[in-house]
Amino acid sequence: MSYYAYFVAGWLLLVGCFGIVRSRNLVHAVVSLAIAQSGTYVLLLGVGYQRHATAPVFGSTTKPNLSVVDPVVQALTLTDIVVAATVTALLLALAIQVAKHHDTVDPDQLSALEG
Amino acid sequence: MNDIVLIVLLTLVAAGGTAVVMTNAPERQAVTLSVFGVLLSLLFFSLQAPDVALSQLAVGTAFLPLMVMLAIRKIRGGGR
Amino acid sequence: MTRSWRYAIFFVGAGLIAALYVIGVYGMPHFGSTFHPYRDRAVPAAVSHRTANVVSAVNFDQRAFDTLGEETIFFASVIGAAALLRPSKEEREQHSPSQGGHVMASTRFAGYVLLPVTLLVGFDVVAHGHLTPGGGFQGGVVLATGLHLLYVAGRYESLEHFRPVEKFEYGEVTGALAFAGLGFAGMAIGGSFLANVIPFGEFGQLLSAGTVEVFNFAVGIEVSCGVVVLLAHFLRQAILLRGGEASRS
Repeated sequence: MSYYAYFVAGWLLLVGCFGIVRSRNLVHAVVSLAIAQSGTYVLLLGVGYQRHATAPVFGSTTKPNLSVVDPVVQALTLTDIVVAATVTALLLALAIQVAKHHDTVDPDQLSALEG
Repeated sequence: MNDIVLIVLLTLVAAGGTAVVMTNAPERQAVTLSVFGVLLSLLFFSLQAPDVALSQLAVGTAFLPLMVMLAIRKIRGGGR
Repeated sequence: MTRSWRYAIFFVGAGLIAALYVIGVYGMPHFGSTFHPYRDRAVPAAVSHRTANVVSAVNFDQRAFDTLGEETIFFASVIGAAALLRPSKEEREQHSPSQGGHVMASTRFAGYVLLPVTLLVGFDVVAHGHLTPGGGFQGGVVLATGLHLLYVAGRYESLEHFRPVEKFEYGEVTGALAFAGLGFAGMAIGGSFLANVIPFGEFGQLLSAGTVEVFNFAVGIEVSCGVVVLLAHFLRQAILLRGGEASRS
């Protein structure tokens, strides 16, 4: 259990890359890229976790204390999730354009760089 | 106790990620991606990260599968 | 290159990465350890600025410059996707009567009831970002997807009616400019870019944490308007435009 979360993060990254390598459809490749990105989120949050600690949000019932999980990695991850979704939208728009111009979204048939 | 929950959720996330990648048809991937988003959000919540879980829930279960479905519809030529 | 070559190269590369990764992981602290130097410095800094949600304090107060970079990436991606999804010369808008399936009455009822609830929840998540988990990014996405319940529960035409795309584009620009403008205001008043210059107030009250609240609103406006514009372009391409389409792949 000491390192299981890190191994799951590494597995997600490699599985995502495998999906991109074996895909026959550009949209499938973009979704596999999203899986690879979520591997990095799991790694970041795994680094910041502390056993028996609570969330870094204080209120009337939780006075400020230092027994919380790391807030810096959470800040990194949460902006990253929203921005990565928008970049995925950009990639999907690219896939739509490729389909319009080349009549196919199979990466194996998109080999020529035409002018 | 929290350790057991974490181990189960981590295993489910790894299996879910593999399932999304192994689904060949992109329109089915939109559904598996949505389920993966919910699992990931549960994992983030049990890692004591409610902000991140909220972000992943909003983005990964509604926004991303919707865009994937719209892209597929456009690429296939739409229903008539 | 052929598929088998691609697989071979991938497996060699993945094996190397996996080996390096395992070596690296065994040098890290155990999962769940107590060694977190960033946390030991970030939490007291956030409490000294009276911010109850430390993650929002890190995002909009301690590392506000990185958030400025992130929302600029967001802005640029929306512009890029909008440019890519411009209608081409052959495509024409087709305003046919609503074709396709018929929405069940229960779905329509649920959608129309949940629409104001979702918008209110999204606004609440944005407004209380410095007190409870939430903030501009999450609340913005909730607001934008909540608006599209009009499309899920009703017809595309009713969504189009309530969503003038130019106004949302102006909204997105306003949010982005507000963030940068507040940064410059911080420089003029406090001496450094994106400084926290509004009085801090009391811990846990709505009017606390200084400029974190205002940055939250700016990012909330920008993200919600940006997501609406993005989905508007995708919906228009998928539903309205006809002609010049690709055959199936």
